[in-house]
Amino acid sequence: MKPDSFEAPDYYNLDDLLSDEHKLVRDAARQWVKREVSPIIEDYAQKAEFPHQILNGLAEIGAFGPYIPEEYGGAGLDQISYGLIMQEIERGDSGVRSTASVQSSLVMYPIYTYGSEEQKKKFLPKLASGELMGCFGLTEPNHGSNPGGMETKFKDGGDHYLLNGAKLWISNSPFADIAVVWAKNEEGRIHGLIIERDMEGFSTPETHNKWSLRASATGELIFDNVKVPKENLLPNKSGLGAPLGCLDSARYGISWGAIGAAMDCYDTALRYAKERVQFGKPIAAFQLQQKKLAEMITEITKAQLLSFRLGQLKNEGKATSAQISMAKRNNVDMALKIAREARQMLGGMGITGEYSIMRHMMNLESVVTYEGTHDIHLLITGADITGIPAFN
Amino acid sequence: MKILVCISNVPDTTSKINFTDGDTKFDTNGVQFVINPNDEFGLTRAMWFKEKQGATVHIATVGDASVEPTMRKALAIGADEGIRINAVPTDGFFVAEQLANVIKDGGYDLVIAGRESIDYNGGMVPGILASLLGMNFVNTCISLEVDGSTATAVREIDGGKEKVQAELPLVIGGQKGLVEESDLKIPNMRGIMMARKKALNVVEPVDATKATVDSKFEKPAPKGAVKLTDSVDELVSLLHNEAKVI
Ligand SMILES: Cc1cc2nc3c(=O)[nH]c(=O)nc-3n(C[C@H](O)[C@H](O)[C@H](O)COP(=O)(O)OP(=O)(O)OC[C@H]3O[C@@H](n4cnc5c(N)ncnc54)[C@H](O)[C@@H]3O)c2cc1C
Ligand SMILES: Cc1cc2nc3c(=O)[nH]c(=O)nc-3n(C[C@H](O)[C@H](O)[C@H](O)COP(=O)(O)OP(=O)(O)OC[C@H]3O[C@@H](n4cnc5c(N)ncnc54)[C@H](O)[C@@H]3O)c2cc1C
Repeated sequence: MKPDSFEAPDYYNLDDLLSDEHKLVRDAARQWVKREVSPIIEDYAQKAEFPHQILNGLAEIGAFGPYIPEEYGGAGLDQISYGLIMQEIERGDSGVRSTASVQSSLVMYPIYTYGSEEQKKKFLPKLASGELMGCFGLTEPNHGSNPGGMETKFKDGGDHYLLNGAKLWISNSPFADIAVVWAKNEEGRIHGLIIERDMEGFSTPETHNKWSLRASATGELIFDNVKVPKENLLPNKSGLGAPLGCLDSARYGISWGAIGAAMDCYDTALRYAKERVQFGKPIAAFQLQQKKLAEMITEITKAQLLSFRLGQLKNEGKATSAQISMAKRNNVDMALKIAREARQMLGGMGITGEYSIMRHMMNLESVVTYEGTHDIHLLITGADITGIPAFN
Repeated sequence: MKILVCISNVPDTTSKINFTDGDTKFDTNGVQFVINPNDEFGLTRAMWFKEKQGATVHIATVGDASVEPTMRKALAIGADEGIRINAVPTDGFFVAEQLANVIKDGGYDLVIAGRESIDYNGGMVPGILASLLGMNFVNTCISLEVDGSTATAVREIDGGKEKVQAELPLVIGGQKGLVEESDLKIPNMRGIMMARKKALNVVEPVDATKATVDSKFEKPAPKGAVKLTDSVDELVSLLHNEAKVI
């Protein structure tokens, strides 16, 4: 693979809106990705393996729960710092960013927000340091966009709960030490439970042959009469709103992450177009290619403004789920389109692993589907502005 | 051992360079600033002395408030305390005099500067500094060990290396080799958080001579278009008549 000579575009001087600490955090993540992710990621994606050796580094740059307070092992940073870290990691690879999103927003966030003091003390510091890795089980074979219909359920077994069911498409499941699992109790109410790797009846088979997020491990969670200690139930919130709250946090991070992938594709295409000569000119001299590049930087700039403003709203505790849906949907779609255009601009070279674009393009096919599909987010905006839900 | 690392805040090497005010001032608009690479090698070596030999590491920069992000990064990498001398650095003499003023009563055993700053490439500060302070001086230093009050340094010299010993206190002009590029530290989250609480003291400058005045900066002429030719005769003729190099 080519050496990583990425230079981040900043067409509207957005850096001026960032604090010195934001920039320090972002630049550290950027430098780390250049040093530790870019040189190896293509190889791992080709092999369809997760690069376990980077977990320590991810923890060190603060990718695991950066906004969790220091007393629980987090960095106590704001939401914009979280977004910037996700942007830089996804600039490297969406699969690596997925691991960080899951750990931060889908495992640490629910334990921090819905967990008991004992659960927070027991799990959060180890999750922040990467000593424990987690996964999040919501989607099931028969319930994807409609998680409220989930079939996984638990019964009161006296001194424990008895959990049965199966989850599918779970990022990090093959190696996770713990899983935050959403299941219905006997009254049909959704609760979160912390399942630990060594519990009897719990298995996590890996899903193979993906063409997307190949450097991320995806698998199932199977619960066959798993006895879960009662203290592993998240006590402070139940109902579908609980897992959806986690998704809000993750989706916000994804809106930034997608910008990272788009920036990488744009930067690669711009550099290539200035160097590649056809018909006696660099291809960047042709109007058709300029149109692509000009539209890319315009869309990236718009996406940056959406995420930045959303970050401010999140910092103030004012961002709504519908606002987050808009940014996730817009930015991932923008990145996917840019990846497809950028791939064409590289001609035949665009399909090889010499360049990151095709990997980003394939990764983004998952990103546009998980954490709420492109269609579902549109329905969320539609329901928000009309007041009429059109889901069913 | 108490170490001071002199850190110059310089444009990132990928920056596009322009000048303003009738080509007498560097245009900082849109330019990213970083720790001068030679100083980063020195800072990383200082971190080694901190970890292995319990050294205390301070950093100093002559600059206005705009240099603070670079200094915070050095603190996040692990320096214990920062001193900012609140003046726009104008030339090597001026900078050395300002640094000498904070170093002289600071009780430093070792002053690590860079061989040269990659902005104006003066290569003057460490030498002038050693002379103002009356300290020993080793320039173009590619390796540095300290044992008690004696430092052993390796210098790069034309076509080879020179190993020298010097008593502390000592000023060095360091460069790559003090540590390798792969040893350079990326600030981790813990470091960034700790840097928030570290002291970054601002001291006012002393009167100092500005020994030089910039009258004009010039950029190298842009590279012209490349002519490709298959014919040796044409090549010779072009080199002779157009490029006028043979
Ligand atoms: C690589 C990868 C990693 C994942 N990681 C996780 C994870 O860690 N944890 C987890 O819980 N889940 C995870 N998922 C699951 C992901 O969230 C689901 O795939 C997603 O929610 C879509 O569900 P589905 O695949 O069942 O598709 P379906 O819900 O069956 O949707 C199929 C299509 O129908 C459309 N559709 C559905 N309902 C409607 C409607 N009402 N109106 C219009 N169109 C509709 C959808 O937009 C989509 O285009 C992951 C998925 C992938 C691919
Ligand atoms: C915003 C800005 C504006 C400037 N404007 C001008 C200008 O108008 N004209 C001009 O000539 N120069 C200007 N400078 C450059 C500045 O004068 C140089 O940094 C200074 O002259 C150093 O001299 P030198 O190049 O000889 O450094 P060198 O001698 O090459 O530097 C060697 C080492 O000395 C130390 N050092 C150098 N500078 C500093 C510093 N400021 N603080 C702490 N340690 C330092 C470092 O360890 C460095 O590696 C400007 C710099 C900045 C950041």
